[in-house]
Amino acid sequence: MTNILNISNLTITPKNAPNRLLVSNVSLKLSAGKTTCIVGESGSGKSLTALSIMGLLSSQLQAQGSIQFQGQELTKLDNKALQGIRGAKIGMIFQEPMTSLNPVLTVGYQIGETLTAHLGLKGLTLKDKIAALLTQVGIPPERANSYPDELSGGQRQRVMISMSIACEPALLIADEPTTALDVTVQAQILQLLNELKTRMNMAMLFITHDFGVVADIADDVIVMFRGEIVETGTKQQILSKPKHPYTKALLACVPDAEGKKELKPIDYAWLKADKAAA
Amino acid sequence: MSEIILQANNLVKTYTQRSGRFGFGSTQIKALDDVSIALKAGTTLAVVGESGSGKSTLARCLLQLHPFDSGEVLFQGQDLAKLDATSLREMRKHLQMVFQDPFASLNPRMKIGEIVGEGLLIHGLGSKAERQDKAHRMLERVGLEVADTQKYPHQFSGGQRQRIGIARALVLEPKVVVCDEPVSALDVSVQAQILLLLKALQQEMNLSYVFISHDLRVVRHIADEIVVMNKGKIVEQGAVVDVYNAPQQAYTQQLLNAIPGRKAA
Repeated sequence: MTNILNISNLTITPKNAPNRLLVSNVSLKLSAGKTTCIVGESGSGKSLTALSIMGLLSSQLQAQGSIQFQGQELTKLDNKALQGIRGAKIGMIFQEPMTSLNPVLTVGYQIGETLTAHLGLKGLTLKDKIAALLTQVGIPPERANSYPDELSGGQRQRVMISMSIACEPALLIADEPTTALDVTVQAQILQLLNELKTRMNMAMLFITHDFGVVADIADDVIVMFRGEIVETGTKQQILSKPKHPYTKALLACVPDAEGKKELKPIDYAWLKADKAAA
Repeated sequence: MSEIILQANNLVKTYTQRSGRFGFGSTQIKALDDVSIALKAGTTLAVVGESGSGKSTLARCLLQLHPFDSGEVLFQGQDLAKLDATSLREMRKHLQMVFQDPFASLNPRMKIGEIVGEGLLIHGLGSKAERQDKAHRMLERVGLEVADTQKYPHQFSGGQRQRIGIARALVLEPKVVVCDEPVSALDVSVQAQILLLLKALQQEMNLSYVFISHDLRVVRHIADEIVVMNKGKIVEQGAVVDVYNAPQQAYTQQLLNAIPGRKAA
């Protein structure tokens, strides 16, 4: 299995408060053709971890540690070198497709920007490639002339996906890509991402807070709590045999579709005591 | 068989949307197309559907926050649309709402004590001391502290704000509470807390809920009966257990199949 991304001892702190650990000592490995889900509550540091890979952290924050992508140390690269990697070798999809798209440009133009910038495509070849990409994500190619507001939420997210895979990246980072979508649309988008991952043999880093989505898409799972990784394992291990008390508690909060489960909120005080004892 | 506390008969609501070049044309969109529901006292009726299905419009029409084209809403047998402004305001203390976004639904310039006590003030219930006492007790019941009454909304987390929203709705001791996606903006851990709180309060105060949601896992846990809506129409309705175990309509089946994690489980 080819190792695509290797993060070791990543720590993220605010510049003006270096003792406040937003992400603390996070290490993870991603391999080609595998989907790794990071799950956690808001504030667990899952999005910060993803953003730091692309060098997209706010200027108020600083990251320490090593992020190796295909053997290249990303933390040492300047902005220009990073720009050659972003969108080309690492694709990214965000939660809300409407805010990620420019409302005054056609979606075809916006997909084309990526292709021109990284592959230098122009004219008819560019047009053909845009049409091919849209077809690949299940949108009729003539919609290239549409503006974002003329598309539904699911279609916009498909456009974002077509952009992120335009240059056939080795790694796709998806930050809660289906949270803003209806369940039926969510199911379609998850299926699409899964197909693309397999076909292009990408490594996928998928951020979510929904264990249902994890069950549908993940190979491996990383559970984060207050900036730290508390447990990692395969999907089967985490979902059916969780070891860490936090993972167990988080799973106990998720309602099931059969209504058999008794919901149990997390007792943070107890968690803390348990951690101290361990 | 418990009595029906809130009933909607044949509700129709049409929106006119501008369309065509420069918006000179117009299209009629039926947000509610002959919708009838009945809420039994002390139970929870869930309304589910995708965005654009008309579920939030239904919530607003039930509370007379939106005018509708035709149909009627009966609260304890009384037609709300036929009431004059004064009697309707009087009636509103029995009909409260909990909103989706705990960030947008609390006035940032008001202290929590004022937010929770405002309903009592408007309805002229009790003396100042009594109102304050009532607001304090309600806040404590939803898991906040009396000291919190002096704080502003921004000092609270999303889950705490939702608790404040619930306290504001329940301080008037309403009979019916319409909850419009009350847990969709929250983390699963907080979601579980709020769902359990809503259930406990329902028992204690004998509340009836209309629970609007798009999350079928949440609905399975909180609701007794369910109404499935699609494009302004009711597709299917019945007891939650029956609809989940044996959906009669293809659309309901489709929604249930789309619940994430169902195939893998």
